[in-house]
Amino acid sequence: MRFAIIDYGVGNLFSLRTALQREGVETFLAKGKRGLSDADALVLPGVGGFHAAAKGLPHEELRELAKSGKPTIGICLGMQLFLERSEEGLGEGLGLFPGAAKRLPPEVKVPQIGWNTIRLKRETEFTQGLPRESWVYYVHSYYPDTKGDWVLATTRYGAEFPAIIGQKNIVGTQFHPEKSGPAGAQILRNILRMAR
Amino acid sequence: MPLAKRIIPCLDVKDGRVVQGVRFSGLRDAGDPVELSKRYRDEGADEIVFLDITATNAKRKTLAGLVRKVASSLDIPFTVGGGIRTASDLRAVLLSGADKVSINTAALSAPGRIRDLADIYGSQCIVVAIDAKRNLEGRGYEVYSHAGGKRWERDAVEWARKAAALGAGELLVTSIDRDGTRLGYDIDLLKEIASSVGIPVIASGGAGSLEDFFDVLTVAGCDAALAASIFHYGELSVRQVKEHLAARGVVVRP
Repeated sequence: MRFAIIDYGVGNLFSLRTALQREGVETFLAKGKRGLSDADALVLPGVGGFHAAAKGLPHEELRELAKSGKPTIGICLGMQLFLERSEEGLGEGLGLFPGAAKRLPPEVKVPQIGWNTIRLKRETEFTQGLPRESWVYYVHSYYPDTKGDWVLATTRYGAEFPAIIGQKNIVGTQFHPEKSGPAGAQILRNILRMAR
Repeated sequence: MPLAKRIIPCLDVKDGRVVQGVRFSGLRDAGDPVELSKRYRDEGADEIVFLDITATNAKRKTLAGLVRKVASSLDIPFTVGGGIRTASDLRAVLLSGADKVSINTAALSAPGRIRDLADIYGSQCIVVAIDAKRNLEGRGYEVYSHAGGKRWERDAVEWARKAAALGAGELLVTSIDRDGTRLGYDIDLLKEIASSVGIPVIASGGAGSLEDFFDVLTVAGCDAALAASIFHYGELSVRQVKEHLAARGVVVRP
Protein backbone atom coordinates (compact mmCIF):
# COMPACT_ATOMS: atom_id res chain seq x y z
CA MET A 1 0.00 0.00 0.00
CA ARG A 2 1.17 3.48 -0.81
CA PHE A 3 -0.24 6.53 0.97
CA ALA A 4 0.11 10.13 -0.10
CA ILE A 5 0.92 12.44 2.79
CA ILE A 6 -0.12 15.95 1.88
CA ASP A 7 2.86 18.20 2.53
CA TYR A 8 1.86 21.73 3.58
CA GLY A 9 5.54 22.64 3.74
CA VAL A 10 6.02 22.91 7.51
CA GLY A 11 6.56 20.63 10.43
CA ASN A 12 7.40 17.11 11.27
CA LEU A 13 6.07 14.29 9.16
CA PHE A 14 8.61 11.79 10.44
CA SER A 15 6.51 10.30 13.25
CA LEU A 16 3.54 9.76 11.01
CA ARG A 17 5.62 8.18 8.27
CA THR A 18 7.41 5.96 10.78
CA ALA A 19 4.12 4.85 12.33
CA LEU A 20 2.69 3.98 8.93
CA GLN A 21 5.87 2.19 7.92
CA ARG A 22 5.61 0.09 11.09
CA GLU A 23 2.25 -1.10 9.77
CA GLY A 24 3.75 -1.91 6.38
CA VAL A 25 2.54 1.17 4.53
CA GLU A 26 4.78 2.99 2.10
CA THR A 27 4.40 6.76 2.08
CA PHE A 28 5.31 9.64 -0.17
CA LEU A 29 5.02 13.37 0.32
CA ALA A 30 2.60 15.01 -2.07
CA LYS A 31 2.95 18.65 -2.97
CA GLY A 32 0.06 19.94 -5.00
CA LYS A 33 -2.08 17.42 -6.84
CA ARG A 34 0.61 15.22 -8.42
CA GLY A 35 0.30 11.56 -7.57
CA LEU A 36 -2.86 11.88 -5.50
CA SER A 37 -5.12 9.78 -7.70
CA ASP A 38 -2.62 6.88 -7.77
CA ALA A 39 -2.27 6.73 -4.00
CA ASP A 40 -4.15 4.07 -2.02
CA ALA A 41 -5.07 6.65 0.59
CA LEU A 42 -4.66 10.36 1.26
CA VAL A 43 -3.39 11.60 4.59
CA LEU A 44 -3.74 15.17 5.76
CA PRO A 45 -1.20 15.42 8.59
CA GLY A 46 -1.37 17.46 11.76
CA VAL A 47 1.36 20.02 11.56
CA GLY A 48 1.36 23.77 10.99
CA GLY A 49 -1.33 26.41 10.98
CA PHE A 50 -4.71 26.43 9.26
CA HIS A 51 -4.09 29.36 6.97
CA ALA A 52 -0.75 28.18 5.59
CA ALA A 53 -2.07 24.64 5.12
CA ALA A 54 -5.35 25.69 3.51
CA LYS A 55 -3.54 28.04 1.15
CA GLY A 56 -1.52 25.31 -0.56
CA LEU A 57 -4.22 22.65 -0.53
CA PRO A 58 -5.42 21.23 -3.87
CA HIS A 59 -9.06 21.62 -2.77
CA GLU A 60 -10.76 20.44 -5.92
CA GLU A 61 -8.79 17.22 -6.33
CA LEU A 62 -8.98 16.28 -2.66
CA ARG A 63 -12.72 16.87 -2.53
CA GLU A 64 -13.35 14.84 -5.64
CA LEU A 65 -11.13 11.94 -4.59
CA ALA A 66 -12.63 11.85 -1.09
CA LYS A 67 -16.16 11.89 -2.49
CA SER A 68 -15.31 9.21 -5.03
CA GLY A 69 -14.41 6.81 -2.21
CA LYS A 70 -10.63 7.15 -1.86
CA PRO A 71 -9.69 6.50 1.79
CA THR A 72 -8.97 9.94 3.27
CA ILE A 73 -7.43 10.42 6.68
CA GLY A 74 -7.02 13.65 8.63
CA ILE A 75 -4.98 14.05 11.77
CA CYS A 76 -5.26 17.07 14.10
CA LEU A 77 -5.04 20.07 11.77
CA GLY A 78 -5.65 17.65 8.91
CA MET A 79 -9.01 16.74 10.44
CA GLN A 80 -9.88 20.42 10.89
CA LEU A 81 -9.23 20.90 7.18
CA PHE A 82 -12.18 18.52 6.57
CA LEU A 83 -14.45 21.29 7.91
CA GLU A 84 -15.47 24.52 6.23
CA ARG A 85 -13.20 26.99 8.01
CA SER A 86 -11.28 27.78 11.18
CA GLU A 87 -11.09 30.54 13.75
CA GLU A 88 -7.32 30.09 13.58
CA GLY A 89 -6.91 31.84 10.29
CA LEU A 90 -8.12 32.62 6.84
CA GLY A 91 -8.51 30.04 4.18
CA GLU A 92 -11.04 27.50 3.09
CA GLY A 93 -11.37 23.97 4.38
CA LEU A 94 -12.51 21.07 2.24
CA GLY A 95 -16.08 21.20 3.51
CA LEU A 96 -16.36 17.41 3.73
CA PHE A 97 -18.18 17.91 7.03
CA PRO A 98 -20.16 20.95 8.16
CA GLY A 99 -18.72 23.20 10.87
CA ALA A 100 -15.57 25.08 11.76
CA ALA A 101 -12.52 24.71 13.96
CA LYS A 102 -12.88 26.80 17.11
CA ARG A 103 -10.39 27.90 19.74
CA LEU A 104 -10.36 25.94 23.00
CA PRO A 105 -12.10 27.94 25.75
CA PRO A 106 -10.01 30.30 27.91
CA GLU A 107 -10.75 28.42 31.17
CA VAL A 108 -8.22 25.73 30.27
CA LYS A 109 -4.53 25.85 29.39
CA VAL A 110 -4.13 26.30 25.64
CA PRO A 111 -2.65 24.50 23.76
CA GLN A 112 -3.91 21.28 25.23
CA ILE A 113 -0.69 19.29 25.39
CA GLY A 114 -0.88 15.84 26.87
CA TRP A 115 -2.86 12.69 27.41
CA ASN A 116 -6.62 12.80 27.64
CA THR A 117 -9.39 10.24 27.25
CA ILE A 118 -11.77 9.65 24.39
CA ARG A 119 -15.28 8.41 24.98
CA LEU A 120 -16.87 6.32 22.25
CA LYS A 121 -20.19 7.53 20.89
CA ARG A 122 -20.63 5.02 18.11
CA GLU A 123 -19.30 1.59 17.31
CA THR A 124 -17.84 1.57 13.84
CA GLU A 125 -14.96 -0.13 12.09
CA PHE A 126 -12.78 2.82 13.09
CA THR A 127 -13.35 2.30 16.80
CA GLN A 128 -13.17 -1.50 16.83
CA GLY A 129 -11.26 -3.11 19.68
CA LEU A 130 -11.11 0.06 21.77
CA PRO A 131 -12.30 0.13 25.37
CA ARG A 132 -15.06 2.64 26.16
CA GLU A 133 -12.37 4.95 27.39
CA SER A 134 -8.87 5.16 25.89
CA TRP A 135 -5.96 7.50 26.52
CA VAL A 136 -4.68 9.43 23.53
CA TYR A 137 -2.18 12.22 22.98
CA TYR A 138 -3.27 15.75 22.10
CA VAL A 139 -1.39 18.82 20.94
CA HIS A 140 -3.78 21.51 19.75
CA SER A 141 -5.30 24.93 20.34
CA TYR A 142 -8.37 24.52 18.11
CA TYR A 143 -11.02 21.82 18.03
CA PRO A 144 -13.48 20.69 15.38
CA ASP A 145 -16.94 22.07 16.05
CA THR A 146 -19.22 19.79 14.08
CA LYS A 147 -22.35 17.90 15.03
CA GLY A 148 -23.82 14.81 13.43
CA ASP A 149 -23.71 11.06 13.36
CA TRP A 150 -20.14 11.24 11.98
CA VAL A 151 -18.95 12.11 15.50
CA LEU A 152 -17.64 8.72 16.68
CA ALA A 153 -15.85 9.71 19.88
CA THR A 154 -15.49 12.82 22.00
CA THR A 155 -13.06 14.33 24.49
CA ARG A 156 -13.72 16.78 27.26
CA TYR A 157 -11.26 19.63 27.72
CA GLY A 158 -12.91 22.92 28.58
CA ALA A 159 -15.59 21.85 26.10
CA GLU A 160 -16.69 18.45 24.88
CA PHE A 161 -15.53 18.18 21.29
CA PRO A 162 -15.29 15.51 18.57
CA ALA A 163 -12.16 13.39 18.95
CA ILE A 164 -12.86 11.07 16.02
CA ILE A 165 -15.11 11.85 13.08
CA GLY A 166 -15.74 9.38 10.33
CA GLN A 167 -18.10 8.57 7.54
CA LYS A 168 -17.58 5.88 4.92
CA ASN A 169 -14.06 6.35 3.52
CA ILE A 170 -13.27 9.57 5.42
CA VAL A 171 -11.91 9.55 8.95
CA GLY A 172 -10.25 12.15 11.12
CA THR A 173 -8.81 12.29 14.62
CA GLN A 174 -8.13 15.45 16.60
CA PHE A 175 -5.47 13.61 18.64
CA HIS A 176 -2.28 12.10 17.25
CA PRO A 177 -2.74 8.32 16.91
CA GLU A 178 0.90 7.96 15.89
CA LYS A 179 1.90 9.34 19.31
CA SER A 180 -0.78 7.66 21.38
CA GLY A 181 0.91 4.43 22.40
CA PRO A 182 -1.16 1.22 22.23
CA ALA A 183 -4.57 2.94 21.81
CA GLY A 184 -3.24 5.00 18.93
CA ALA A 185 -1.79 1.93 17.25
CA GLN A 186 -5.19 0.20 17.45
CA ILE A 187 -6.94 3.17 15.84
CA LEU A 188 -4.30 3.37 13.10
CA ARG A 189 -4.76 -0.33 12.36
CA ASN A 190 -8.53 0.17 12.16
CA ILE A 191 -8.05 3.00 9.72
CA LEU A 192 -5.60 0.96 7.65
CA ARG A 193 -8.05 -1.91 7.44
CA MET A 194 -10.46 0.47 5.74
CA ALA A 195 -7.78 1.40 3.21
CA ARG A 196 -6.88 -2.20 2.34
CA MET B 1 -11.50 14.04 32.68
CA PRO B 2 -8.59 16.40 33.33
CA LEU B 3 -5.33 15.87 31.46
CA ALA B 4 -3.24 13.07 32.86
CA LYS B 5 -0.17 14.07 34.83
CA ARG B 6 2.82 12.92 32.84
CA ILE B 7 5.83 10.87 33.88
CA ILE B 8 8.82 11.58 31.68
CA PRO B 9 12.11 9.69 31.80
CA CYS B 10 15.02 11.83 30.67
CA LEU B 11 18.02 10.64 28.73
CA ASP B 12 21.07 12.87 29.19
CA VAL B 13 23.19 11.81 26.26
CA LYS B 14 26.91 12.30 25.85
CA ASP B 15 28.94 10.71 23.04
CA GLY B 16 26.05 8.46 22.13
CA ARG B 17 25.50 7.06 25.65
CA VAL B 18 23.08 7.95 28.41
CA VAL B 19 25.00 9.44 31.33
CA GLN B 20 24.03 10.48 34.79
CA GLY B 21 25.59 13.01 37.13
CA VAL B 22 24.95 14.87 40.34
CA ARG B 23 24.37 18.64 40.28
CA PHE B 24 25.34 18.63 36.60
CA SER B 25 28.76 16.99 37.11
CA GLY B 26 30.51 13.67 37.88
CA LEU B 27 29.00 11.80 34.94
CA ARG B 28 28.76 8.02 34.80
CA ASP B 29 27.41 5.68 32.16
CA ALA B 30 23.75 4.68 32.42
CA GLY B 31 23.07 2.78 29.22
CA ASP B 32 22.08 2.84 25.57
CA PRO B 33 19.57 5.54 24.58
CA VAL B 34 17.59 3.37 22.16
CA GLU B 35 17.23 0.47 24.60
CA LEU B 36 16.38 2.70 27.54
CA SER B 37 13.74 4.67 25.67
CA LYS B 38 12.08 1.47 24.47
CA ARG B 39 12.07 0.08 27.99
CA TYR B 40 10.47 3.26 29.35
CA ARG B 41 7.87 3.28 26.61
CA ASP B 42 6.92 -0.30 27.51
CA GLU B 43 6.71 0.63 31.21
CA GLY B 44 4.14 3.32 30.38
CA ALA B 45 6.26 6.48 30.05
CA ASP B 46 4.14 9.34 28.70
CA GLU B 47 6.96 11.00 26.85
CA ILE B 48 10.74 10.79 26.47
CA VAL B 49 13.14 13.71 26.78
CA PHE B 50 16.54 13.43 25.14
CA LEU B 51 19.13 16.05 26.07
CA ASP B 52 22.44 16.12 24.26
CA ILE B 53 24.35 17.52 27.21
CA THR B 54 27.60 18.12 25.39
CA ALA B 55 26.01 19.98 22.54
CA THR B 56 26.17 23.48 23.97
CA ASN B 57 29.61 23.25 25.55
CA ALA B 58 31.27 21.61 22.62
CA LYS B 59 29.19 23.67 20.19
CA ARG B 60 28.23 20.56 18.35
CA LYS B 61 25.00 19.83 16.59
CA THR B 62 22.69 17.31 18.18
CA LEU B 63 23.39 13.86 16.86
CA ALA B 64 20.72 13.58 14.22
CA GLY B 65 21.34 9.90 13.59
CA LEU B 66 20.84 8.89 17.19
CA VAL B 67 17.74 11.05 17.50
CA ARG B 68 16.34 9.35 14.42
CA LYS B 69 17.03 5.91 15.87
CA VAL B 70 15.30 6.70 19.16
CA ALA B 71 12.38 8.37 17.38
CA SER B 72 11.83 5.38 15.10
CA SER B 73 11.29 3.10 18.06
CA LEU B 74 8.80 5.36 19.86
CA ASP B 75 5.06 5.85 19.53
CA ILE B 76 4.89 8.41 22.31
CA PRO B 77 5.97 12.07 22.23
CA PHE B 78 9.67 12.73 22.04
CA THR B 79 11.45 15.96 23.01
CA VAL B 80 15.02 16.74 22.03
CA GLY B 81 17.30 19.42 23.42
CA GLY B 82 20.93 20.45 23.42
CA GLY B 83 22.76 22.93 21.24
CA ILE B 84 19.70 24.07 19.30
CA ARG B 85 20.05 27.73 18.36
CA THR B 86 18.61 28.63 15.01
CA ALA B 87 15.46 27.86 13.08
CA SER B 88 17.45 25.54 10.84
CA ASP B 89 18.88 23.63 13.86
CA LEU B 90 15.34 23.22 15.08
CA ARG B 91 14.08 22.09 11.73
CA ALA B 92 16.86 19.50 11.49
CA VAL B 93 15.86 18.03 14.87
CA LEU B 94 12.18 17.92 13.92
CA LEU B 95 13.05 16.23 10.65
CA SER B 96 15.00 13.63 12.60
CA GLY B 97 11.80 12.70 14.39
CA ALA B 98 11.50 14.93 17.44
CA ASP B 99 8.01 16.20 18.28
CA LYS B 100 9.23 19.04 20.45
CA VAL B 101 12.47 20.86 20.86
CA SER B 102 13.90 22.17 24.08
CA ILE B 103 15.96 25.36 24.00
CA ASN B 104 17.90 26.97 26.84
CA THR B 105 20.93 29.14 26.00
CA ALA B 106 19.44 30.12 22.67
CA ALA B 107 16.40 31.55 24.45
CA LEU B 108 18.41 33.30 27.18
CA SER B 109 20.80 35.01 24.80
CA ALA B 110 18.01 36.22 22.51
CA PRO B 111 14.56 35.88 24.10
CA GLY B 112 12.89 37.13 20.91
CA ARG B 113 13.97 33.89 19.33
CA ILE B 114 11.26 32.07 21.31
CA ARG B 115 8.65 34.14 19.49
CA ASP B 116 10.36 33.66 16.12
CA LEU B 117 10.56 29.88 16.48
CA ALA B 118 7.02 29.60 17.86
CA ASP B 119 5.72 31.62 14.91
CA ILE B 120 7.30 29.23 12.43
CA TYR B 121 6.77 25.86 14.12
CA GLY B 122 4.00 26.54 16.61
CA SER B 123 4.23 26.97 20.39
CA GLN B 124 3.40 23.32 20.91
CA CYS B 125 6.86 22.23 19.84
CA ILE B 126 8.87 24.87 21.71
CA VAL B 127 9.92 23.83 25.21
CA VAL B 128 11.98 26.40 27.09
CA ALA B 129 14.35 24.72 29.54
CA ILE B 130 15.17 26.72 32.66
CA ASP B 131 18.03 25.58 34.89
CA ALA B 132 17.64 27.34 38.22
CA LYS B 133 19.69 27.50 41.37
CA ARG B 134 18.84 29.06 44.69
CA ASN B 135 20.54 32.41 45.05
CA LEU B 136 23.47 32.20 47.47
CA GLU B 137 21.99 34.96 49.62
CA GLY B 138 18.87 32.84 49.81
CA ARG B 139 16.67 35.26 47.90
CA GLY B 140 14.90 33.61 45.01
CA TYR B 141 16.39 31.56 42.21
CA GLU B 142 18.78 32.46 39.45
CA VAL B 143 18.98 31.12 35.91
CA TYR B 144 22.02 29.21 34.63
CA SER B 145 23.01 27.74 31.29
CA HIS B 146 25.86 25.71 29.80
CA ALA B 147 25.13 22.73 32.07
CA GLY B 148 25.21 25.03 35.07
CA GLY B 149 28.47 26.66 34.03
CA LYS B 150 27.15 30.08 33.16
CA ARG B 151 25.20 32.28 35.55
CA TRP B 152 22.71 34.78 34.20
CA GLU B 153 21.67 37.55 36.53
CA ARG B 154 18.09 36.77 35.92
CA ASP B 155 15.35 35.69 38.31
CA ALA B 156 14.02 32.25 37.40
CA VAL B 157 10.35 33.06 38.01
CA GLU B 158 10.52 36.29 35.99
CA TRP B 159 12.24 34.44 33.19
CA ALA B 160 9.59 31.71 33.25
CA ARG B 161 6.86 34.35 32.90
CA LYS B 162 8.68 36.02 30.06
CA ALA B 163 9.34 32.78 28.18
CA ALA B 164 5.64 31.88 28.46
CA ALA B 165 4.61 35.33 27.26
CA LEU B 166 6.94 35.04 24.27
CA GLY B 167 5.23 31.87 23.10
CA ALA B 168 6.90 28.89 24.77
CA GLY B 169 4.56 25.89 24.72
CA GLU B 170 5.95 24.32 27.87
CA LEU B 171 8.65 24.95 30.46
CA LEU B 172 11.12 22.32 31.62
CA VAL B 173 12.32 23.58 34.99
CA THR B 174 15.35 21.92 36.56
CA SER B 175 16.65 22.61 40.03
CA ILE B 176 20.43 22.43 39.81
CA ASP B 177 20.62 22.14 43.61
CA ARG B 178 18.57 18.95 43.50
CA ASP B 179 19.81 17.44 40.21
CA GLY B 180 20.76 13.79 40.76
CA THR B 181 20.57 14.11 44.58
CA ARG B 182 17.27 12.24 45.09
CA LEU B 183 16.38 14.69 47.85
CA GLY B 184 13.02 15.42 46.24
CA TYR B 185 11.98 18.08 43.75
CA ASP B 186 12.46 21.73 44.69
CA ILE B 187 8.83 22.31 45.59
CA ASP B 188 9.22 26.03 46.40
CA LEU B 189 10.77 26.83 43.04
CA LEU B 190 8.38 24.67 41.04
CA LYS B 191 5.26 25.80 42.83
CA GLU B 192 6.12 29.42 42.26
CA ILE B 193 6.75 28.93 38.58
CA ALA B 194 3.76 26.61 37.98
CA SER B 195 1.43 29.14 39.59
CA SER B 196 2.91 32.04 37.61
CA VAL B 197 2.46 30.76 34.08
CA GLY B 198 -0.47 29.50 32.01
CA ILE B 199 1.49 26.81 30.19
CA PRO B 200 2.45 23.29 31.32
CA VAL B 201 5.46 22.98 33.62
CA ILE B 202 7.66 19.89 33.60
CA ALA B 203 9.47 19.48 36.92
CA SER B 204 13.01 18.18 36.96
CA GLY B 205 15.79 17.52 39.44
CA GLY B 206 15.71 15.56 42.68
CA ALA B 207 13.23 12.69 42.25
CA GLY B 208 14.08 10.07 44.85
CA SER B 209 10.90 8.45 46.10
CA LEU B 210 7.33 7.72 45.07
CA GLU B 211 6.05 10.52 47.27
CA ASP B 212 8.36 13.02 45.56
CA PHE B 213 6.35 12.49 42.38
CA PHE B 214 3.09 12.92 44.25
CA ASP B 215 4.28 16.15 45.89
CA VAL B 216 5.51 17.82 42.74
CA LEU B 217 2.35 16.99 40.79
CA THR B 218 -0.06 18.03 43.54
CA VAL B 219 1.52 20.41 46.08
CA ALA B 220 3.68 22.18 43.49
CA GLY B 221 0.98 21.85 40.81
CA CYS B 222 3.29 20.80 38.00
CA ASP B 223 1.87 19.06 34.93
CA ALA B 224 4.64 16.55 34.44
CA ALA B 225 7.49 15.06 36.43
CA LEU B 226 10.78 14.23 34.78
CA ALA B 227 13.36 11.90 36.27
CA ALA B 228 16.51 10.20 35.14
CA SER B 229 18.79 8.33 37.54
CA ILE B 230 16.04 6.76 39.59
CA PHE B 231 14.70 5.12 36.43
CA HIS B 232 18.04 4.32 34.77
CA TYR B 233 19.35 2.30 37.69
CA GLY B 234 16.06 0.56 38.27
CA GLU B 235 15.30 1.79 41.81
CA LEU B 236 11.83 2.67 40.61
CA SER B 237 10.04 1.88 37.38
CA VAL B 238 7.72 4.24 35.54
CA ARG B 239 4.98 1.68 36.18
CA GLN B 240 5.52 1.77 39.96
CA VAL B 241 5.39 5.54 39.99
CA LYS B 242 2.14 5.59 38.04
CA GLU B 243 0.53 2.92 40.18
CA HIS B 244 1.45 4.88 43.28
CA LEU B 245 0.05 8.12 41.86
CA ALA B 246 -3.17 6.44 40.79
CA ALA B 247 -3.59 4.94 44.27
CA ARG B 248 -3.11 8.45 45.70
CA GLY B 249 -5.85 9.82 43.46
CA VAL B 250 -3.72 11.51 40.82
CA VAL B 251 -4.98 11.14 37.25
CA VAL B 252 -2.39 9.26 35.20
CA ARG B 253 -2.55 7.24 32.02
CA PRO B 254 -2.50 3.61 33.12
